[in-house]
Amino acid sequence: MPISIIDEFKIRRLEVLDESGEADAELMPPFDGNEIKKIFERIILARTFNQRALSLQREGRLGTYASILGQEASQVGSAIAFEQSDWIFPSFRETGVLLALGYPAWQLFRYWSGDERGMSAPDGLNIFPMSVPVGSQIPHATGTAMAMKIRGAKSASAVYFGDGASSRGDFHEALNLAGVFKAPAVFLCQNNQWAISVPRHLQTAAKTIAQRAFGYGIEGIQVDGNDVFAVYRATKDALNRAKSGQGATLIECFTYRLDDHTTSDDSSRYRSAEEVEEWKKKEPLIRLRLFMKKKGLWTQAYEDGVAGNALSEIDKAISQAENYPPPDKADIIRFTNARLTLRQKKELKTLGWEK
Amino acid sequence: MAKLNIVQAINSALKNEMKRNSDVVLLGEDIGRDGGVFRVTEGLLEIFGPERVIDTPLAELGIIGSAIGMAAYGLKPVAEIQFMAFSYAGLEQIFSHAGRIRSRSRGRFTCPIVVRMPYGIGIKAPELHSESAEALFCHMPGIKVVVPSSPYNAKGLLTSALRDPDPVIFLEPSRLYRSIKTDVPDEDYAIPLGKAAIYQEGKDITVVAWGAMLHRAAEASAGFDAEIIDLMTLKPFDEEAILNSVRKTGRLVIAHEATRSGGLGAEIAALVAEEAVMHLKAPVIRVAGPEAVTPMAKLEDAYMPQIDRIRKAFATVMEF
Ligand SMILES: Cc1ncc(C[n+]2csc(CCOP(=O)(O)OP(=O)(O)O)c2C)c(N)n1
Ligand SMILES: [Mg+2]
Repeated sequence: MPISIIDEFKIRRLEVLDESGEADAELMPPFDGNEIKKIFERIILARTFNQRALSLQREGRLGTYASILGQEASQVGSAIAFEQSDWIFPSFRETGVLLALGYPAWQLFRYWSGDERGMSAPDGLNIFPMSVPVGSQIPHATGTAMAMKIRGAKSASAVYFGDGASSRGDFHEALNLAGVFKAPAVFLCQNNQWAISVPRHLQTAAKTIAQRAFGYGIEGIQVDGNDVFAVYRATKDALNRAKSGQGATLIECFTYRLDDHTTSDDSSRYRSAEEVEEWKKKEPLIRLRLFMKKKGLWTQAYEDGVAGNALSEIDKAISQAENYPPPDKADIIRFTNARLTLRQKKELKTLGWEK
Repeated sequence: MAKLNIVQAINSALKNEMKRNSDVVLLGEDIGRDGGVFRVTEGLLEIFGPERVIDTPLAELGIIGSAIGMAAYGLKPVAEIQFMAFSYAGLEQIFSHAGRIRSRSRGRFTCPIVVRMPYGIGIKAPELHSESAEALFCHMPGIKVVVPSSPYNAKGLLTSALRDPDPVIFLEPSRLYRSIKTDVPDEDYAIPLGKAAIYQEGKDITVVAWGAMLHRAAEASAGFDAEIIDLMTLKPFDEEAILNSVRKTGRLVIAHEATRSGGLGAEIAALVAEEAVMHLKAPVIRVAGPEAVTPMAKLEDAYMPQIDRIRKAFATVMEF
């Protein structure tokens, strides 16, 4: 018997907006001018939060913080594709996603200052607390998607994670389950080329992360992660597929982490300044500005106004977070279980945390 | 002899042993080019090259599991896990394989791996960077668990771990990494596993502690005649040292930052109840974290046993 080919795969890459600000007319999502401005404003808001968080950390007013600089298009472009009933499972580097979904900025500041109360999402926002153990949140999205299917809901569940996370067993098991059960899940990998000091080519010998979908029998696509329209389009398509019973999609957003891994990191130890400079030229705002200018949607005065508003919104959030009363020690124990154990009740008293 | 902190002392132990034994290989996330997130492996890639200092993909199960395979083949792998909580995905490998392979194969295969990881609360790190789950590892048979409390014993204990024929979990108190400096000899030396040290002699109260909590217990002992035992090896721990001390003092206080329920303090208290109960002049007291998950930065001081709580325990056993 001769050897025969029984299956093959091709990996698609989606780009809509190029670096000169030119958009592909066929692939461009049908946004009107106001919608495009709103996207721009969300990116500015995310960037403003990020800058303020980094400086607060330097002043000792926040703990360790993970910057999103350079990844705003991946984050905002995907977040605006969701509907209210969808569920989101974020990693710790998702400021842009969370703000775009309406997560209160002051709550995010509380989280990063080391206060659990910042993780309590407002009612109506189905956003899980951000996951710190890398990749461990991926199966949750599969499970929620399976539950949606069981309930017959027309919703989808999405999870954000990095290129590093794709090396974990959690990734494999989550995507495999999603494939087997045709779960309405969207796996959003932000491939920012680095996992602390480990470059993307040391995470997997595969050419792309997107192609790993093939092994699980789900859809996979790579998108230019610095192109907000491409990211939106890929996410919307994946959500449509999920909600129409066609199963899960893995989206690899090809982007770049422009800052250090976190405020505790020094990336000059392991990557060159030239590499960072090259990627700075491709950052998402530059091309969006060019595009908007061509469409008559952008002037410097407009951007200055947007930036000013963002700064006052963020500064208001910071003072709201900082002026809030400190957490109650009893909360350490109080939320452990629905009903406290006898020992916990005693501990609350012996520790003097509850009269 | 140089004055080193714990980070440097561990680096020195690894470097010496890698020179002495060409089977020793290190593997973990960011341990090569970046020198590890705490810089423990700084400079080792340059000396020993990428085949012995291996930057891995982000895969704790893979790191620990592949270390087991390397060890079976004759290497001496030392896995670094960035923080204790991130070892949890590798627990199946540790519990179901590393701790069992000698027994299952009746000695035909062994697993002389070392898994190093920082642990403990008190550096205002992000969520899940402050776990103190040492009891979990102690519970499972076949695995040794070691916790240094100073640069000097960090180097000596790690050297022993690197020469041990069985798996050793080496827990590094992150709060102490850079906070103490002591004289550490340049040459290698081994502090035997399974032996505790008398950190401070005393007549009235036996205090058992390890890692960062040892220093807090010592500070709390001002004004008390307390004998402080630095346990150092948590599994198998030095039963004789504890029993001898309790037979002398008649009082026992155990201090650990981990949650009290199912903590290692319970095992120590049970030993004394079984072997030396007639010597006790007061009930045993455990000063430990409450039954709750380790909180984030804003509440971590409240969670961790403070000096006044430890002093209160000392006063209680003295007044009983
Ligand atoms: C299970 C686990 N291992 C290690 C870490 C420490 N750590 C935090 S982020 C990170 C790299 C993550 O890389 P990637 O998944 O690409 O996400 P990125 O940080 O680039 O957004 C590591 C190793 C962790 N938080 N969780
Ligand atoms: Mg990454």
